[in-house]
Amino acid sequence: MRLSSGTKLLLPFLAVMTVFFMAPLCIALGYSFMAPDPMGGVKPAFSLSGYQQFLYSADLDGNLQWDTRYLEIIFGSTKLAVMATLACLLIGFPMAWFMATRPAHQRDAWMILITIPFWTNLLIRTYAWILILRSNGLVNRGLLETGIIDAPLELLYNPYAVGMGLVYSYLPFMILPIYSSLERMDWRLVEAAQDLYATRLRILWHVVLPASVPGIVGGTILVFIPTIGSFLAANLLGGGRNMMLGNLIENQFGMARNWPFGAAISVLLIAFVMIGLMLIARRGQGLKGVVG
Amino acid sequence: MSDRLVIQSVTKFFGSAQNPVRAVDDLSLNVRENEFFTLLGPSGCGKTTLLRLIAGLESCDTGKILLDGVDIAGLPANKRPVNTVFQSYALFPHMTVADNIGFGMSMQGKDAKDIEKATADALALMRMENFGARYPSELSGGQQQRVALARALVNRPKILLLDESLSALDYKLRKDMQIELKRLQRETEITFIFVTHDQEEALSMSDRIAVMERGRIGQLGTPQEIYHRPVSRYVADFIGICNFVAAPSLGLSESGHIGFRPEDATLLIREGQQPDVAGPIVHGKLDALSYHGAVTYYQVTLDSGETVTVADHEKLPVGVDARVRVALLPDMLIRCAS
Ligand SMILES: Nc1ncnc2c1ncn2[C@@H]1O[C@H](COP(=O)(O)OP(=O)(O)O)[C@@H](O)[C@H]1O
Ligand SMILES: [Mg+2]
Repeated sequence: MRLSSGTKLLLPFLAVMTVFFMAPLCIALGYSFMAPDPMGGVKPAFSLSGYQQFLYSADLDGNLQWDTRYLEIIFGSTKLAVMATLACLLIGFPMAWFMATRPAHQRDAWMILITIPFWTNLLIRTYAWILILRSNGLVNRGLLETGIIDAPLELLYNPYAVGMGLVYSYLPFMILPIYSSLERMDWRLVEAAQDLYATRLRILWHVVLPASVPGIVGGTILVFIPTIGSFLAANLLGGGRNMMLGNLIENQFGMARNWPFGAAISVLLIAFVMIGLMLIARRGQGLKGVVG
Repeated sequence: MSDRLVIQSVTKFFGSAQNPVRAVDDLSLNVRENEFFTLLGPSGCGKTTLLRLIAGLESCDTGKILLDGVDIAGLPANKRPVNTVFQSYALFPHMTVADNIGFGMSMQGKDAKDIEKATADALALMRMENFGARYPSELSGGQQQRVALARALVNRPKILLLDESLSALDYKLRKDMQIELKRLQRETEITFIFVTHDQEEALSMSDRIAVMERGRIGQLGTPQEIYHRPVSRYVADFIGICNFVAAPSLGLSESGHIGFRPEDATLLIREGQQPDVAGPIVHGKLDALSYHGAVTYYQVTLDSGETVTVADHEKLPVGVDARVRVALLPDMLIRCAS
């Protein structure tokens, strides 16, 4: 078979995709159907135990019992990820709007400011929040010294701290796509709406928001997917008390030494995200006819 | 007829304080009710800025804008009973044609039933009854143009502003739209302020024309006044072709320059040939001729060294380098400040 030159040019890309993306996924998929080796790793035998563990736990006699602990973790993580994504959207949209409405020469400066956090490792940045929020941290000391409170507040190790950590970490991923659609928006449409008796709020609703839909969709995907699988914020700011899916997966490959279960959770998470993306893509097809 | 719009000494600056650009410079004019009024001028003379000042999309630095006698200079765009057909059309891409047209009325809180009826009427007026459910991206340029028109007209504004609305269209479509626009203006009896840099378009469509020159009005008048009695050489040159020669070259005992239009002169190619109307006659040599179908232009270098263009309906039996005479219609001579 002869390959066209276009296909040949694609070969390096396909090779990289295979090695870095497809291979790990295939390994995870394979491991999820094997039996755990108590020393870590897997035993090369077919087993559904990885998936079974979601809904059933085995007691000492080996009887399976209905168990909702993991479902609760899935539900809790999804809820936290949804809330964090919503919060990112609510904070990110006005920030993106602010940036997009600056004069052209100021916008680049704002872009750099937004990306500055990425110059430092996420672990260090998340750890810094502990220093800020802990009982003798910056916030509590400030409040104590100004006399607003007389005992330190318990700001860390609750779902709010985890949510805040997630919003902090992933906010730029919401701002940048929205900013990029707002920056590309045709401002003459705003003037047309003004000319046609629209108030500011209505212009926002009828013109600006529809124009920023691609950015909102992109930002939502970029924030939701990493937050639902994240474990750093839950580990550090939640103190391990608020387990998320990411922590569960990390545990199975670490302390719990149950690789098939970890792989099974990962596979389910990927499937969940893929279905979501496909639904968005289907909607996108519908939208495309509209936006052209 | 009474004045719909009066602009009094309006000035608009752009740029920095050190380096200000006067886009509109102490400009005054009046537009009458039910008038097809044209702002004509070269690119950069401030036409768009003036329209945006009227629409409220820019604010004036000085001066008043009176609409039916009320100063609207302080009102925001969405409170002015004035609508614009933008040069880029600026149709909302995510709305159907019908929703685009109904947008203004819906923002004014009109009844859904009324909006539906007005939208259908507007589509009928544009002869686009079957296009209501389409999206702008599914329309041709000419159709988008008509939707933009309908979207503005449906609000029955006191003034409709059109910014170079036809310049993006190709020649044939443009001629059709010129006629269409005149029809719409007659039928709706709405005051139109039409911006163009095309003098032919301005002459053929307007009740009155304001020729703009660097943020000011060079001349305001009917097409005939502007064409036959231009007040300055700038206006005369901008509208059609105008020859200017020194008065003594024409054998006239006055100073300054005399202007005349190519069609207000006759080319005499035979010895002893007399013009139909007696007037100044000058000698020269035929330099070039160009045939345009309905008219042929003859470029003549006069014995004084000046070059003029003469138009004739006929292709005369004469060749380049021939000695000719140019006879001028005495009533049509243009005397204006330089
Ligand atoms: N927003 C603006 N900022 C700075 N200068 C402007 C702006 N808009 C217009 N101008 C300047 O004002 C002058 C008139 O522009 P414009 O009204 O667009 O002219 P026209 O529509 O007749 O081509 C031009 O010199 C232009 O460069
Ligand atoms: Mg313009």
